[in-house]
This record gives sequence, structure tokens and C-alpha cells, in this order.
Amino acid sequence: MSAAADRPRTDGRGPLRLSGIRKTFGDLVALDDISLEVERGRTTVLLGPSGSGKSTLLRCINLLEQPDAGRIDLGEGPIDVGGRLSQRTLRTVRSRSTMVFQQFNLFPHLTALGNVTLAPVESRGLRRAEAERFGRETLAKVGLADKVDAHPERLSGGQQQRVAIARALAMEPDFLLFDEPTSALDPELAAEVVAVLADLAAEDRTMVVVTHSLAFARQVADRVVFLEEGRILQDGSPAEFFESQDARLRRFRDVIGSV
Amino acid sequence: MPRLLELWIDSLPRMLAALVEVTIPLSLLSFAIALAIAVVMALLRLYAPAPLKLLAWAYVQVFRGTPLVVQLFIVFFGLPTIGIDLGAFTAAVVTLALNSGAYSSEAVRASILSIPRGQFEAAQTLNLSRATTFRKVVAPQAMRIAIPPLANDFIDLVKGTSLVFAITLIDVFQVGRQVAATTFEPLIMYTLVALIYLVMVSALSVLQNLLEKKVSSHVRSS
Repeated sequence: MSAAADRPRTDGRGPLRLSGIRKTFGDLVALDDISLEVERGRTTVLLGPSGSGKSTLLRCINLLEQPDAGRIDLGEGPIDVGGRLSQRTLRTVRSRSTMVFQQFNLFPHLTALGNVTLAPVESRGLRRAEAERFGRETLAKVGLADKVDAHPERLSGGQQQRVAIARALAMEPDFLLFDEPTSALDPELAAEVVAVLADLAAEDRTMVVVTHSLAFARQVADRVVFLEEGRILQDGSPAEFFESQDARLRRFRDVIGSV
Repeated sequence: MPRLLELWIDSLPRMLAALVEVTIPLSLLSFAIALAIAVVMALLRLYAPAPLKLLAWAYVQVFRGTPLVVQLFIVFFGLPTIGIDLGAFTAAVVTLALNSGAYSSEAVRASILSIPRGQFEAAQTLNLSRATTFRKVVAPQAMRIAIPPLANDFIDLVKGTSLVFAITLIDVFQVGRQVAATTFEPLIMYTLVALIYLVMVSALSVLQNLLEKKVSSHVRSS
């Protein structure tokens, strides 16, 4: 276990606070004045039908999507993220959170270790030797100690996604963001990725996960936020979500659960 | 048959000298400069503010839209009349580089455009600067995609150097012309000239294959 892995996850800093996040695509209102607080050390799952805005919301946290209006507070005071953003704002916000993508988006020309060490060296200023030691550690953590020298082409989808998770962990972000991390995978391969996410949740990492998987929400989530048409419809414990008698939630559970 | 071999053997030393002194250095130098121009112009067209974008576009239009031989004449015969006298070799390098750079910038631009959006998003979430993203993520992947069309452009350039006889340079083709004129054997001499180009271009194709293998070592052979 590294010192980094032993680091307390909550260490007294405040939660991630989004307030008044609004995002439109032309006439479509993707996010309608969303406010949300993400507590540290917990796994928050964003659920909702396609087009509900859950992925857009997640991408706004990382500013991969630029909100039309709103503020993000990463525990150090609110930052206005509506309007044109400076490189400095982007860097500050992104130094706190890192995204894991549905399609992995690994760098195909680099080995697993190369993927995991590139940004620590280039953007965090770690020495190469240090980045490689930490990179090997994070790859071991996701069960890929024997694949450090493999290029993404040589890895299964599940292994690629685990490299992508290791790559995000190597940034040591306060908030790990997952955008449908298992949707591109066969059930068998999805299971190995879910196992890694469950391990991370057990370590009290702060994770925000967009998913279609009710099983994942049931097993791993500390909290379920349900979105529909750009608004938060319900926000509570997994039990509350699964027992809610709200017609829209029941319909969603029936449709997704039967897949 | 003996006449053919005799002529070839007699003229080959002069031809190879012209190859080593003019055709090859002209090709290498022009293409090196063309590559630099191509990268700069491709980046301008992709990322620069509108006026620079327009300038890069105009450059490509002009040098792709006019014949190479006319460009050579403008630079070698035309520019001296307004006081810019580059000399034959420099004029040839400048013209070939600008001409080839226009084509190659399109190959470079296409290769950058072919990089999936997800690669840029991954670079963003990992907080890589734009310069680092280009150097470490985009360029290595774009290079692999750009090699075949760039090799095409280079081969075109090598063959295009045969036009420099028209601006007084004594390249392989010009030596062939001279020998053909004095021996009255145009068929034999121009066939030899053609063979020399063919051998050169074949060697380049082999190099291209090696290069493609080298930069694609991480990709499963398909």
C-alpha cells in the first residue's frame, strides 16, 4: 500500500458543491439549474433515462462540457463556470477531478504504464522514476501488474478500462468521475471493472458514477441521484431509490431492470 | 543489345554523379523544408485565428492550383527582374518545398483530424497542456496515419525534380538529354533515365514500409 493509498479521503475538506448549473444545446435544455452536493468519501450514482442529462452533468464537473451558467465549489470556494473560462480555471477544476470514459480513451501508442505515467510526469511534474513506481502501484491495484508493458490493442475491453481507472488514480484526484464505465463491455468483462470500483468504494474514495446498471447502484452506491429531463427528481439512499413508489422511478426501474 | 549496354555503361557514371550532386540533395532538402511548412500550415488551418487560417488556405490554393514548372519559371526567371536572384539550386529548393508543402499540409491536416475526439478529452481530463497534448498524444498518432500520403508526396517531389533541367540545373534527366542528343539514341537513354527514377522510388517504398512497421509496432498486424 502506498502512502497515497493510505491518505485519508475526507481530511476535513468540504464537499463538492454544484450550484445553478445550466446547460443548453440549442433549444434543448440539458441541465436546468442543477444544484448538487457530493460528499467526500462516498460513491454517488447518477441514474436516469437516456437524455436525462446525467452524463452532461458529470462532464460539467470536469468542464469537458462548458455550462452556460453555474458555480463549482471543490472545497476551496465557489468558482464561476458560466461564460468563457480561462486556462487557469480549467486547470484548477481538472486538478481536483478526473474522468473515466465509457470508451476508455486510452492512448493507443503508449503501453499501460505509459498511459498511467504520461500525465503525472507532464502535468503534475513528478519525476519519471517516481511516476513509474506509482504507476506500477496503481496498475497492480486494478489487477494488471503483469500488463504494464502491454499496449491497449493487446488488452481486453475490461483490462483497458482498468488501465483507464489506474490512469485516473495516478492523478490522485479528490473526485473520480465515471461516465458509464461498463456500458461498452460484455457482462463478464463489466464484472471485473465493477469489482475494481467496489474496491475503490470500500477505500472510501469519492466517486461519482453515471451508469445504467441498477445492480451497480444496489451494490456499490452510497447514494442515488435520479435525473429526468435535466432536473433532479430524487436524491437519497439506494434503498429509498429502489423502494420509491413514484411512477417515473418505477417505470425506469422496470424498463432498465428487465434489460 | 550490346549497343544498349555499352551506352548505359558509358553514361552511367555521369548520371550517378548528377543523381548524387543534384537530384538527391534537391529532393531531401526540399522535402525536409516541405514537411516543416506542412506542419505549420496544417496547424494554422486547424487552430489559428481566422486571418492566419485564411492565409494558410490561400497558400495551399496557390501552390496546388498552379503548375510546378510555371512556379519554377516565376522564381528563377521572374523574381530576378525585381531584384530577387536566388540562383538555380536555391530557386529549385524553394519552389519544390513550397509546392510539396502545400500538398503535404493537407495530409498532415487530415491525419490530425482523424484522431478521435476521445483522445483530446482524455488529455483534457488529465490536465495536459495543449502543447503537451500535441507533442505526446496527437503527433505520434497522426504521424502513423500521415506516413502513406506523405510518402506519396515525397515520391511526387522526387519525380518533380526532373523539371529543374528547365532552369539550367544538370540533374539526372538533363544528363540523359545531353547524352541522347549526342548519341542519337533517345529511346535507350530515356529508358535508362526512367529506370534510375524507378529504382529510387522503389527504394523509397521499401523505406516507407519499414517506417510504417516501426511506428505501428503497437498495432496488431491485420
